[in-house]
Amino acid sequence: MKKLLLVLTIAFSASVMYAGGYRVGVQGHKQLAMGHTGVAVVTSAESAFFNPAGLVYLDGELNVSLGAAVVMSNTIYQNREFGYSSEADNPIGTPFYAYGSYKINDWLSAGLAVYTPYGSRVEWPSDWEGSHLVNEIELSAIFVQPTIAIKLSDKLSIGGGPIYVTGAVNFNRNLSRSLTDEAGNRSNVTIDASGINAWGYSIGAMFRPTEDINLGFNYRSKINMDVERGDGTADFENIPGALAGSFPDGDFTSSLPLPAELTFGASFKPSEKWLVAFDYTRTFWDAYKSLDVQFFNAAGLSRNPRNYKNSSIYKIGAQYEATQKVIVRAGFYYDESPIRDGFFAPETPRPDSVNFTAGFSYNLNSKWAIDASVLYVHSNEVNNSYDSFVEAGERLSFGGDYKSNALVAGIGVSYKL
Amino acid sequence: MKNNIKYLAVLALGLFACEPEFDNPIDESGTYTSGSADFSTFVAVGNSLTAGFMDGTVFRSGQQNSFPNIMAQQFEFAGGGTFTQPSYDDDVNDAGGFLLGGVPLPGFDTRLVIDASQGRPENLNVAPTMEVSNLQATAYNNMGVPGAKSFHLGAPGYGNIANLAIGAANPYYVRHATAPNATVIGDAVSLNPTFFTLWIGNNDILSYATSGGVGVDQTGNPNVLSYGFNDITDPGVFAFTYQGLVDALTANGAKGIVATLPDVTSIPYFTTVPYNPIPMDAATAAFVNSGYAAYNGGLQFAAGNGLITAEEAAQRTISFSAGQNAVVIVDEDLTDLTGFGIPSYRQATIEDLLVLPSSGIIGEEVNNDPTQINGVSVPLADNWVLTATEIQAVRDARTAYNNAIVSIATANDLAVVDTAVLLEELVSGLRTSDGQIYTNNYFDGSSDALSTAVFSLDGVHPNARGYAIIADQFIQVINEKYGANVPRVTAGYYPGVTVVPSN
Repeated sequence: MKKLLLVLTIAFSASVMYAGGYRVGVQGHKQLAMGHTGVAVVTSAESAFFNPAGLVYLDGELNVSLGAAVVMSNTIYQNREFGYSSEADNPIGTPFYAYGSYKINDWLSAGLAVYTPYGSRVEWPSDWEGSHLVNEIELSAIFVQPTIAIKLSDKLSIGGGPIYVTGAVNFNRNLSRSLTDEAGNRSNVTIDASGINAWGYSIGAMFRPTEDINLGFNYRSKINMDVERGDGTADFENIPGALAGSFPDGDFTSSLPLPAELTFGASFKPSEKWLVAFDYTRTFWDAYKSLDVQFFNAAGLSRNPRNYKNSSIYKIGAQYEATQKVIVRAGFYYDESPIRDGFFAPETPRPDSVNFTAGFSYNLNSKWAIDASVLYVHSNEVNNSYDSFVEAGERLSFGGDYKSNALVAGIGVSYKL
Repeated sequence: MKNNIKYLAVLALGLFACEPEFDNPIDESGTYTSGSADFSTFVAVGNSLTAGFMDGTVFRSGQQNSFPNIMAQQFEFAGGGTFTQPSYDDDVNDAGGFLLGGVPLPGFDTRLVIDASQGRPENLNVAPTMEVSNLQATAYNNMGVPGAKSFHLGAPGYGNIANLAIGAANPYYVRHATAPNATVIGDAVSLNPTFFTLWIGNNDILSYATSGGVGVDQTGNPNVLSYGFNDITDPGVFAFTYQGLVDALTANGAKGIVATLPDVTSIPYFTTVPYNPIPMDAATAAFVNSGYAAYNGGLQFAAGNGLITAEEAAQRTISFSAGQNAVVIVDEDLTDLTGFGIPSYRQATIEDLLVLPSSGIIGEEVNNDPTQINGVSVPLADNWVLTATEIQAVRDARTAYNNAIVSIATANDLAVVDTAVLLEELVSGLRTSDGQIYTNNYFDGSSDALSTAVFSLDGVHPNARGYAIIADQFIQVINEKYGANVPRVTAGYYPGVTVVPSN
């Protein structure tokens, strides 16, 4: 018999971390309630995210908006041919935001925005049929964006600022479809990194041709989250004794793009009490070609093709001042999936979705208001697969029916001086 | 304000309760069906292949992946009931192997594992714990008895511990026979099966083959009591026995599926060691050839005197040269010239199959004598090689058995799995629907083989992954024959070889 060659690489491919789908659009309860429109809306400090150029048109000297939400998402999976069924029991996510804007003079405002536009928590049952792709994942990123806005005229403004991102990832999956330790426990790896830092920017412009019509534009740059050596840990568990020496715990390197987003839109006031807004967002997901994780042991380089495509979001929203104290809002948006057929991996099980939003603000007094919103994300059942997991040199397919939905509910406060 | 919050809460609850649900969930009744079959009492009858035998034994965790147990898990989607298997709870070390009266039973060792420090398969170095005399006296849904030949299934006393000493009983069956004189088929039928698998007959030829053809081809001799362990069963006996087994299993109207016998010469036990494994340089070849000069001269003498044909003389002439060389073997089918002092030697050809264990002795010195090398200066005995003549005997018997299996199954309207075709597909590469390709290769030590080997380390039996492929084949045929819809099996999730750092 040949000499054993056990310590070659275990086919280590597939999966991770990031959130093709898990752009979490909860960047302000006022705007979320209006279908997450806002690039051409000027109502609060939420503009620091939606369009920094709008800050300079805000009423009042100081505007502050704070809020948080809970995201409850569910994904179910089944495969008719083999009788598999599974349900991701996703922990509750908690996106938040904090915006402040201060009017320095008539033509210049400065602000600060802190928000969490990307995140993902997906938890499949351990060792489920897709466990060679993902058992569980948690991804989070906090954006901090100092902002200035300049009024070029009563009709035109620009704004923007650098973005500092700090992110974290924790991801677990099994090493292969069948490898176990001597006791039959599946061999798996957890990669964990936090404090991953990166820089980007956001710029915007706003044009107000008439009193009742607003046009807006915003571009947020791509941000690459690079995990360097020593930033994180790779923890290998349940490795059989004969391979344990080849799979010591260690660190890893990887890179995840948070894609650029271009939004333009319009809002207008058909009457004194009504505001209607339309946004179109293009997300440049084609930056997400492959998720490669380099390990520094026998696992080697794990290549996980993603081949995402650019996708669009079409949004519409309206608000109505029901009384002096109560403003109600509603909206809808259609969110295209960036995932191509054959690249549908269960760590980002997000197909095209239709999204319904509603919410209100209650003005406690002239300064304080309470904002609340709900979002219901509905996706149709899809049948798709991930066909790029490599085992022993062969590309394997893992697929079936997926269906997911999510409910987001949140509350916040606005302050205006 | 208060009201608004209340409404929001109601709205939120309503949406939260709205968990996703498939349009056609597979857990809905009616998704999977048994068609015209009835899986409520499923009984599997057969030999080691049915018992979940792998790596040279049956061990606790391996038995969980017997092909009928895998099938039974899928049958649960379509009305299948509980499927019981002989208890291996007493296999404390998950190692297999038997004790008799507290002493290890020869020939029933622990399972094979790869010892990474030695780079070879070895019996797992732990003590066997299963005592054969702890009788379970229970009929199980899995009535696969490792080692059983066709006629053993109906043989009273095959499970009688008193018969172990005279070789007329089988310790696997002794452990769970319902009575000393019970029969395997009788215990199976006592469960009143509504559905059965029957895969038997492999051992009627396999032991002849794995022993390198040292047994006797008993074709034409119906007296099984006169058979030795390594003999080929008479095809007439096989057909008669098989008819009786099918009659017993179908007596109450049960439907079932039977399997044909694969060509055993395609299993890794015969395909792993090449006929020409001896590398040699020219000087060594000349030296070895000089040792056979007298033998080769004797052949010319015999041919010159008409004792053998010139053709046979050429066939038997030993000649080594630089490069890879065929081993020298003893072939008792050659013309017997021992009366003239000329032994029955020849070099192996591509038509001969060297058995897997021969890899451990070929090229080794005999009695530490560097001039006495197995397969070179010391010809390999009959038991190390299955010659072309012996292969033909095996194939002839197999063809006759398979003809009987197919015709009896057809007459009883039973489904037939053609495992011969399955093994042929493995020889050329079997691609499963997930995209993986499986072959009949023996585990070669590579990391790829950790994920793709489907034969266990004994070279004869599948491993868990291989049994999953078999279960999937059975299910496909059942679905087609009985109009059933039983979910398929993904072999890739099942384990392969066990590798230990040292042993």
